[in-house]
Amino acid sequence: MKFGVVVFPGSNCDHDAFYAIGNVLKKPVEFIWHQSEDLANCDAIILPGGFSYGDYLRTGAIARFSSVMKSVEKFANSGGLVLGICNGFQILCEAGLLPGAMMRNSGLRFVCRHVHIRVEQTDTPFTNAAEKGQILKIPIAHSDGNYTCDEATLAGLEKKHQVIFRYTTPDGSNDSAGNPNGAINNIAGICNRERNVAGLMPHPERAVEPALGSADGLVIFRSLVEALVGAAKATA
Amino acid sequence: MATTATEIKVTPEIAAEHGLSAEEYARVKQILGREPNITELGIFSVMWSEHCSYKSSKVHLKRLPTRGKLVVQGPGENAGVVDIGDGLVAAFKIESHNHPSYVEPFQGATTGVGGILRDIFTMGARPIAVLDSLRFGPITSDGDVDARFSDSPLATRHSPLSSNRRILDGVIRGIGSYGNCFGVPTVGGEVAFEPCYSQNPLINALALGIARKEDLFFAKAKGTGNPIIYVGAKTGRDGIHGASLLASAEFTEESQQKRPNVQVGDPFMEKLLLEACLEAMQTGAVVAIQDMGAAGLTCSSMEMASRGGTGIEIDLAKVPQRETGMTPYEIMLSESQERMLLVAEKGREHEVLAVFKKWGLDAVVVGQVTEDGLARVKNNGAVAAEIPAHPLAEEGPVYHRPLAAPAPRIESEKDWFAFAAEGTNLTQNFLKLLASPAIASKRWITEQYDTSVRTNTLAGPGASDAAVVRIKDPRTNGVKRALALSTDGNGRWCQLNPRVGAMHSVAESARNVAASGARPIAATNCLNFGSPEKPEVMWQFSEVIDGIAEACTALGMPITGGNVSFYNETLGHSIYPTPVIGVLGVLDDVSRVLKIAFRNEGDVILLLDGLAVGATLGSPAPTTEFAREFSSSEYSKTIGAIVAGSPPAIDLASEKRLIDCLVALASQGAVQSAHDISDGGLAVTLTESCFASGSFGANASLESNTPSEHALFNERGARAVVSVAPTKLAAVLAIARQYNVAAHEIGQVTRNDAFRIERKGRTVIESSVKTLSDAWANSLERSISLANR
Repeated sequence: MKFGVVVFPGSNCDHDAFYAIGNVLKKPVEFIWHQSEDLANCDAIILPGGFSYGDYLRTGAIARFSSVMKSVEKFANSGGLVLGICNGFQILCEAGLLPGAMMRNSGLRFVCRHVHIRVEQTDTPFTNAAEKGQILKIPIAHSDGNYTCDEATLAGLEKKHQVIFRYTTPDGSNDSAGNPNGAINNIAGICNRERNVAGLMPHPERAVEPALGSADGLVIFRSLVEALVGAAKATA
Repeated sequence: MATTATEIKVTPEIAAEHGLSAEEYARVKQILGREPNITELGIFSVMWSEHCSYKSSKVHLKRLPTRGKLVVQGPGENAGVVDIGDGLVAAFKIESHNHPSYVEPFQGATTGVGGILRDIFTMGARPIAVLDSLRFGPITSDGDVDARFSDSPLATRHSPLSSNRRILDGVIRGIGSYGNCFGVPTVGGEVAFEPCYSQNPLINALALGIARKEDLFFAKAKGTGNPIIYVGAKTGRDGIHGASLLASAEFTEESQQKRPNVQVGDPFMEKLLLEACLEAMQTGAVVAIQDMGAAGLTCSSMEMASRGGTGIEIDLAKVPQRETGMTPYEIMLSESQERMLLVAEKGREHEVLAVFKKWGLDAVVVGQVTEDGLARVKNNGAVAAEIPAHPLAEEGPVYHRPLAAPAPRIESEKDWFAFAAEGTNLTQNFLKLLASPAIASKRWITEQYDTSVRTNTLAGPGASDAAVVRIKDPRTNGVKRALALSTDGNGRWCQLNPRVGAMHSVAESARNVAASGARPIAATNCLNFGSPEKPEVMWQFSEVIDGIAEACTALGMPITGGNVSFYNETLGHSIYPTPVIGVLGVLDDVSRVLKIAFRNEGDVILLLDGLAVGATLGSPAPTTEFAREFSSSEYSKTIGAIVAGSPPAIDLASEKRLIDCLVALASQGAVQSAHDISDGGLAVTLTESCFASGSFGANASLESNTPSEHALFNERGARAVVSVAPTKLAAVLAIARQYNVAAHEIGQVTRNDAFRIERKGRTVIESSVKTLSDAWANSLERSISLANR
C-alpha cells in the first residue's frame, strides 16, 4: 500500500497530507511532482490543498492541464482512488473528474474555522470506516468553496448518493446554519458515480490529532487504508 | 524627479530632492573622491535613507541588551536567531510596513508580510508562523475623547470613520491574501484603535521560522570569483524609492500620489521562491544569500559585499526585466518583490540554477565576487556606478539628534476619571466596554487568515494569551517542543510616559507568553515613531529604548533584532510613540499548553498577583493617585471619554515573579486555565475565560479598598487569573508561595449561563454570559459592515 501526494507549484497542504499519512497513520507515502507522468505505483492519490498556480485565472483551472493530471485521469478511469482536498477538489471539478464548479464564498471573504460535516454515505472508500450520520469537526480554509452545479446534475448527485459530506451544526440539526460558504444543498464533499474519486472542501489532514483541536479527519484516511487493504485481499 | 536619462548632471539640488542633506552630499563626494553620477546618487540616497541606515536611531539602539547564551544571531542579519534545543534554531523578526499600507492598504499589507517572510527564509529557516500587530484610526465614535483635550497630542483628530474602516478592510484582506496563499498560518497579533493612527496606520508583521542549526545561512559575499545569481521575479519600475521617499518622509496632503512608490506582491511567486531557495541551499553550493527588500538590488548587493569584506561586480544587462528601456538608476532602485540575490560556489552554479529551473523561476548569473572592495555596476559593459562597498554600507551618516522632553501637561484632579458612587451597578458600562473595538472579539479579522495550515497550531488567535505552535523537525517531521509568541504595545501609555509605557509593553508580552505555559527567552521590537527631526520625538525614542532595555534585562530576554520606523506623521502630527514588542518562548512539553478557557464547573478562580504580599507600588496611593493611573485605561477612554494621567506604575521584579510562577504552574500541570490581566482589567479577563469555554459562567467576589470601577477595570500589570481544580488548590497555593506571588481566591467557575461579580456584598456586574458574549463577539463585524453600505 502506498499513498502519493501530488505537488503542484503553489500547493501548500502537501506537507500536511504527507505528515497525516506518514507520521500519524504511519503508512507509506511519497510526493509526486506535477511534471511527472509516473504515479510511482501509488495505490491512492491525494490532490492537496493550496493555491496551485496562484489560483490565477480560476482555482484549479491551470493545474488540470499539468502533466501529472493526465496520469491521474487515467488512474481514476481505471478505478484508482483519488481524493481531492480543498484546492484538490477544485482541480478535480476543473478536470471533469467530478461534476460541478466552485464559486466565491457567499460572504465574499476567505474563511478559516472549524466546521461540522455529516457523513452522508459510508459505502465509499473515503467513508467506509465512519458511521452513517457521524458528525466530524474539521477546519475549512478557503475563498472559493461555494459548490454549485446545474439542477439536473444536483438531482443526479442526490439520487445516486454521491453527496458524501454535508455541512451542518455541531448537533446535526440545522444544515444551512452550518454552511460556511453558501454551497448548494450544503454540500461539503462529493464522489463520482463510480465512487473511486472524491473531493471535499474541509481539510481532514488538519484534524488528525486532538492537540490540533480535532482528530475527526483521521476516519477519512483510515477508510482509504481499509479500502486498500480490502482490495489487496480481494486480489490475493 | 527625472530618472530617464543617465547623463543627468548631479547638482546639490538633485541631491536634496533625493533626501540627502548638504553634509551627506559632501560625504558622498568625499567617499567617491569625485561627483557621483545619477545612479550613484540614487544608490547613496537609498542606502543612507533613515529606513535603511538607521542613522537617527543607531546611537540609541546600542543601549539594548542583545546578548544571551541562547542567542545564535543578534541584530544585524536578516533576522535574529535563538537556540531552541535539539539542534534546532528559531529565526524571528518583526518589521513595519506603515506608509505603504496607508497609501494602498491591500498591497502595502501584502508586501509587508512578503518582506518579513523573505527575511526568515533567507536565513535558511522555513517560516512556520506569522503574527500581525495593527493600529488603525477609530472605526466607531465611541472612543473619541472629551473636547477638553483638544490642545494636547491626545486630542481626537481623525479621518472619517469610513476611511479608517476602508484601510482596516484592505489591510486585513492583504495580510490574509499573502499568508494564506504562501501557506504560513497567521496565528496571532493584536489590533488597536487610536485617533493618531487615522492617517498613519501601523502594520507590523512578525514572522517565525525553524531550521537545523547547521543549515543556517548568512548574507556575506565570500570567495573571489564566485558567481552572483539573481533569482525570482523580474525587475520592473514598481516601488522605486519606496524606502527613501515613502518610508523616510512624513505624510502631506499629496501623499496619496505616492501610490506608484508602493510595491505589488505576488504570494505565489514567493511560495515558489521559498521552496526553491530551501532546496538550493540543500545542494551545498550556496555561499550566501540576501533578499531584495527595501532598496532592492542596491541594498542586497552592497550589504552582501560589505558584510563579506569583499567587492562585487554585477552587469545590469543580465538582470531579468519585465519592462523595456529601464535605466541603471531604475534597475538598481526598483523594489519589485519576490527577488533574491545569492552567491554560489564557483563551478557549482549549475546545481543551483537547476533547482530554480525546476521551480520555473528566473535564475541568472549577473556578476561575481571581487576582491577590490568596490561595488561595480555595469550596464552592457559600461560602468554605471562604482562605489566602495564598505564605506557606503557602514560609514553612512550617524546622528546624535537633539532630544527635548515636551512640556508636561498640567493636570489636576478634575482632568481625571471620576469614579462612580460605590454600589452603582456597572453592567451597562461593562457591556459597552466589551463592545468597544479595542476589547471586542477579533474573530471577524482572524477568520480571514489561515490559522491552521502546516498543522502546528496548538493555540491560534484568542485561544491562549500567546500563539502557540509546535515544532516539527525539518528533516524527520518528528514533533519536538512548542514555541509561543506574543506581540504587544500600548501607544497611549507610551504617549503619557514613554519609558514606563515601553516597560509595560515588554512585560505584557512576556507575561502573555508565560500565561501560555512557555518560558520567555528572547524578544524582537518594532519601534514606530514620528519624525526624528523633532526633539520631542527623539526624546520619546530615547526614553522608550531605556524602558525596553531595563525591562528586557530584568526579565532576562535579549533583543535579537527588529526595525525602526520613523516619520509616522501626517500634516505635522506625530503618532503616539508605539514600540511593539514580540516575545518568543519555549514550551518543552507540548501537552502543557495553557489556554484561557475555563474547563470545569466548580474550579476555583484565583487571582495571582506578582506584587509581593503586603507591598504597594510607589508611595501609599491616595484615591487621587488611583484616579490618575486609571485615566489612562480602556475603561476611562470608552466610558469616561478621558485619556490622561499616567500608565500604571510598574514593578519589574513583580512581573518576573509572576512569569516564573506561571511557567512553573504550567510545567507541573497544576492549573486548568490561565489568562493575564491587561486591557479592560480583571472583569474583561474573567468574561473572556467564560466566552472561550463556550459553556461556563463565573461567580466572583472582589475585596479591595479601591473604588469598584478601579477594582474591576484597572490595568495594573503583574497579574493573571488561573482556574484550579479543588483537589489541586493546595498545591497551587504552595507553588505561588514558593514564588512569592499572592494568590487570592476570588470565585468559582459555574455551569449555568450567569456571570456575576460582587463587591463587599453588593452585586456590581450581573448578566447572562450570552448577553455579554453577544456584545463582545459581533461588535467588530457590525462596525465594519456599516462601512460596506
